[in-house]
Amino acid sequence: MFTGASQFALVGVLGAGGGVLAAVLTALLLGARNSLYALSLRPYLRTPSAPSPWRILGRAQLTIDESTAMAIRYPEGSRQARHAFLATGLAIFVLWNIGTLIGALGAAALDDPRTLGLDAAVPAGFIALLWPRLRDRNLIALALVSAAVALALVPVLQPGLPVLSAALVAVVAERITARRSP
Amino acid sequence: MIWPAVIIGSIGAYLLKLAGYVIPERVLENERLRRLTALLPVALLAALVAVQTFSVGSALQIDARIAGLAAAIVALILRAPFLVVVLVAAITAAVLRATGLSA
Repeated sequence: MFTGASQFALVGVLGAGGGVLAAVLTALLLGARNSLYALSLRPYLRTPSAPSPWRILGRAQLTIDESTAMAIRYPEGSRQARHAFLATGLAIFVLWNIGTLIGALGAAALDDPRTLGLDAAVPAGFIALLWPRLRDRNLIALALVSAAVALALVPVLQPGLPVLSAALVAVVAERITARRSP
Repeated sequence: MIWPAVIIGSIGAYLLKLAGYVIPERVLENERLRRLTALLPVALLAALVAVQTFSVGSALQIDARIAGLAAAIVALILRAPFLVVVLVAAITAAVLRATGLSA
């Protein structure tokens, strides 16, 4: 899995005692934005001749926040846009997976991750991913309501489901914004 | 149950990316779908922050993680990079526990 927020979420939900279905659903709902990144990247990565199917399969794997952000700084269909996408995607792909491997091997050697404060590192990672997305008051309100609803549901629902409830909060928020700006 | 989740989740995450390249553009250009995909990460990440900070299984619990989160927010306000934010939170919680100030 090469999309950081989804990877963290999958592990986070499983680690908190959530089931496979809840973990996978949370990860995929978080990863749905990559579909739109791919869609908006199409004109930027356009080549004079149609790309081979293999190239499209490769591009799909490298489509993440960072590679998209770097590619769309250059003109549509330009060589620079394709190079920026490829260089950013490949560099992060290699480094990220080395990091994941080190983390997996390191964690196996730990007695109690709490002693090192690793249980506090998890929410810190999530808030670091969230922070740059809180671009206006509506989004901040959505974040606060989602957090409150999830916490309220922790004692009543199975682990994993309170986080998923945030997806429903997002659906309601979308309806409210749609009504405000028709 | 870790590997089934990793494998199914990885395949699904990849197919979502691929869909953006191969599905006809007008299917994904639905305005409602666009707005919702922009809101989902904010809602889910906020819920993950809350649940991972304040709960253990099905119980709510306040411990050193909340100090770690506060330290992380300070680091974010100071525009610290991702790894620093995570490290600051871990160190804060570890120190509070080592000194017996917090559970």
